Parts: sequence; C-alpha cells; structure tokens
Amino acid sequence: MGKTLAEKILSLKAGADAKSGGIVIANVDLVFLQDTTGPLVIKQFKESGFAAIAEPKKAAIFLDHAAPSPAQQISNDHVLLRHFARETNCHIYEVGNGICHQLVAEHFAKPGNIIVGADSHTVTAGALCAFATGMGSTDIAIAMALGKTWFRVPETFLINLSGSFRKGVYAKDLILSLIGQLGADGATYKALEFGGESLARLTMSERLTIANMVVEAGAKVGLFPSDEVTQSFLSAQGRGDGYKPLYPDADASYERIMSLNLASLEPMVSFPHTVDNVRPVSEAKGIKVQQVFIGTCTNGRLEDLALAANILKGKKRYFDTRLLVAPVSQQVLLQAIEKGYIHSLVESGAVILPPGCAACLGLHQGILADGEACLSTANRNFKGRMGNPEAMIYLASPATAAASAIKGEITDPREVM
Amino acid sequence: MPEAVSKGKAIKLGDDISTDDIIPGRFAHLRSNLPELSKHTFEDLIPNFASRVNQGNFLVAGKNFGSGSSREHAPLVIKMSGIAAILAKSAARIFFRNAINQGLPVLLCDTDQINDGDQLEINLTEGVITNLTSNAKLTSTKIPSLMFAILKEGGLIPYIKKHKDFEL
Repeated sequence: MGKTLAEKILSLKAGADAKSGGIVIANVDLVFLQDTTGPLVIKQFKESGFAAIAEPKKAAIFLDHAAPSPAQQISNDHVLLRHFARETNCHIYEVGNGICHQLVAEHFAKPGNIIVGADSHTVTAGALCAFATGMGSTDIAIAMALGKTWFRVPETFLINLSGSFRKGVYAKDLILSLIGQLGADGATYKALEFGGESLARLTMSERLTIANMVVEAGAKVGLFPSDEVTQSFLSAQGRGDGYKPLYPDADASYERIMSLNLASLEPMVSFPHTVDNVRPVSEAKGIKVQQVFIGTCTNGRLEDLALAANILKGKKRYFDTRLLVAPVSQQVLLQAIEKGYIHSLVESGAVILPPGCAACLGLHQGILADGEACLSTANRNFKGRMGNPEAMIYLASPATAAASAIKGEITDPREVM
Repeated sequence: MPEAVSKGKAIKLGDDISTDDIIPGRFAHLRSNLPELSKHTFEDLIPNFASRVNQGNFLVAGKNFGSGSSREHAPLVIKMSGIAAILAKSAARIFFRNAINQGLPVLLCDTDQINDGDQLEINLTEGVITNLTSNAKLTSTKIPSLMFAILKEGGLIPYIKKHKDFEL
C-alpha cells in the first residue's frame, strides 16, 4: 500500500513504517517559538531539568506577535527570550524581521522536513512539503531539549484542485471556501493534502496562504507536493540545494477525497465570529467597515501587497475607514518598496506597520473600538481576536480588502478592477 | 496523577469555544504572571467564571473545544480555576495535547447526555463517565497509550523527568 505525503515524510524521518493511526517518534528539523508562547516554553524547559538545546541551530525564537512591544511586561518577556537565545546559542529573529511562519518559509523549511512551532499557524510551511505543525509550549520545550517529539500519524483528506481562478478570485477565497465546506472541526487531527492539475499554477505565495489556514478546519498539517514551484522558490531564497521532489504514492490511501474547481469559486467572506462562517462576498455587500487590515502570515506577502496596491493605485481610502498594511517580513517590505507598492499604498492613505503580526491578535497596532467592524486578510475572526469582544471581524482576500477600503464597506473586488 | 475516579458538578458550555474565549489574546502581556492572567479566564464568555467554579468541577462542552491558537495558557488557566477534567464532543488537537501535557484530562464523549449542574463520576482508567443525575453511562474515546502515560504522570514535565525520553 502506498503512502500519503504525511505518511511518507513521517516514515522517512522516523525510520519506521508510519501508517495513519500509529504513533511515531521523529527528530525535528526545526523547533521554534514566538514572543507570546515563548516565555512559557522557557519556563517549562528549565523546569524539565535540561541545560542545553539538543541542536541549537535547529531552534529559533521569533519576536513578532507584539513587536515592537506595546507593554512593559512584554518588553520584559522579550528580554527573557533574547537572554535565552544567547545562553543556548539558538537563532533569534528580532522585532521587525517579520512573522515567524514567513521567516521559516524564507530561511528554514525544506521538503521532507519536520517542523514544530509554538504557534498554531506553523502549518504554513506545509506549502514547502514540510510536515509542519503547531504545538503548545511544553511540547516545544521538550522537542528543543530532546531534538525530537512524538506524532500520531494523521489520516489524510486529498483535495483535488482543477481549473483556474477567475478574475477577482484568489487563494484566500479557495481556502475560505474549503473551510466553509469542511467546518471548523471538519478536518480535526487530519492531514490535508493538495493535489490535482491546478497545482503547477499555484505560486508559493498562494500555497503559503492555503497551507496557513488548514488549522482553521482543525487540520494537523496542510501539505503540498514538492515540485518545480518549490524548487524555484528555494532557489530564489538562495536555498536551492535544499530542494528534492516529493510526491504522494499513486496508490496512497485517503480517508476522503474532495474536488474543488477553482473556476467555480467567487470572492468569499468569513463572517464573525467563526472562520467557517463563510459566504460569497455578495452577501456581505454594504457592510460598513471602519478598519481594513492587509497583512499577516496569511496574506502579507509581496503578491498580496501588489494586488492591493494595484487596486488602490490612484484612488484614496474612504475617509472614515482606516487602512493598515503590515508586510509579512523585512524581505517583503524591501521588495515592496523597490516595486513602488509601498509608495502607492501610502498615497492611497495606508498606514504602513512594521513587519510582524501587527493588528491580527489584538495586542497592538489597530485595536478596534466597541461596535466597529474590520475587514482583515488574517486567518481568524474569533470574538475578541482583535482586542475587543464588542467588535466584528470579517476575513477576505487582499483584493476584497483593498476594494472595501476604497468604498468604506465590504465590496466585491470585481467592481473596482 | 489526576484522581483515577472523581466526582463533581458539570458546568455546561456550547460548541466551538476558542482559546480566545478561554483566555483572550489581549491579555498576552500577563502570560508571565499566571495568577493575574487566570483572573481573566473566560472573561468575555462567562461573567464571573472564577466565582462559579468549585474545586473538582468538570467543564462540559460541545464540539471543537479549544480551537484556535496554540496558547497552552488556555488549559493552564482552566486547571488553575479548579476544573478537574474537560468533557467535549470533540477538541481541537493542539488544545487536547496541551491539556494532557498539563495533566488536565480531556474526555471525548457524547456530551448531549449531560446538563448544566449534573453530578458526574469520571473513571479515567476505564474512560467511563457516569451521570449520577440521570444515571446515564458514557464511554469516552480511547487516547493513545503514550498520552495516557503522560496524563498518569501528571503531565509532560513530570513524565520526562521520570522517563528522560518518550517511551512507546
């Protein structure tokens, strides 16, 4: 019997025949933490009695969630994390370097890797065919100490993609639509594996957007095969030697097979307060938004900023709608400056925030007021997520976000393109 | 090790309780101060949660409990509140693993058979929940033996201190 991508990677790394439902122990290629989960990782690491990280160069700390720090307690947490990095000789990425998941994609993730991070959106690196999954602080502390962790081998849902996106429809609409179909727990404990003839046309940026959000359907990983798209992304990052092709076996066994025709999709909006509350943009038309937020590990990449800048070019944001833009990493910010996107966005009235999580999780840089609504390109719209339980959060693509910033209400991007 | 057999009152919650419901992200600045952080447990969802819980109560939820962020502070503050176990139809995987790592049992079972305020008896070893109010008996989904071993030691830190490594 053939293997799914998840079974293949876990088998190779565990040196065992990993079959869905079984438990394996495997070495990790990267273990990481960020500034809101990291202090508890360090507490647990010290509590466990280990003095050193098993392989310091396979461990990384990212200061991204509250960066620059908005509160003295978090500033102290940042100091704790910096000290720990110095003590243990692991990597540290400073305030302003960007969001952990993007930096993992830019600098670390390779096909066939196992990556664990103290952040639920660790799944993002599945775009590079890495078995990447989020864990809590104690699991991450022990994975750092031992250089390995245990996994239950997930069953896999195969998502067969066909066709091409129509105008105004993007990867974000695809993954929102899929989450709407699966439900917020529809893929709990499962691997989602993407296949089909559309794959070759999905850029790495689009794959990262899709893999990023699989956890919103409960999935443990979201895996793309490693192909020419993976190879050219790694080469562009100066990491071409990390490439190897990796595909599922033709006779792999899937728990469920779903088909999605990209040409049948339209712009989608996730309504408050759950991500799976997904409806076509037409049903959201006219909902007033006081803030539009373009950024995050879901949609803060160069392609996303280009899309928003092109829609907003020569236009202004609605006078009563704030437009916040946070590039996902320093690399993306520099490229967006070179390409003129930042200039154009600022001319349209955007506030450019430093590379990092920015307004996504309600700690700083765009906390909503009572009764306000925000259209965000992020991955979560839980009640209170953006710092105020009395606010409403809608999720959509950067194109829908840009169009809505112009009109001051949720707008079908095809109306302004 | 959590008590093998324990009795307590059910506090009933709904579906899709996220880790932001359990401990809102806006309190992240308090995460290195757990006693302060825990004062905000369920703040947006259940007013006065802390005063409603008695030591040994059980949280009984619907589907997809603990969805969202990987913050382990979610099971941690629930445990600090005195909750002895969580029962749910389903739980998000990171939350599930985090709770076990904190020595907080999560039992997956048909929680429609439990009402708010019911008296329950939980047998962790057998995975059996008896609703003493209605006399219904529920069986929970078996967890992997490694997870049960971690739970039995009271969490992952005591497990690793004792075994030094994962043992299959």
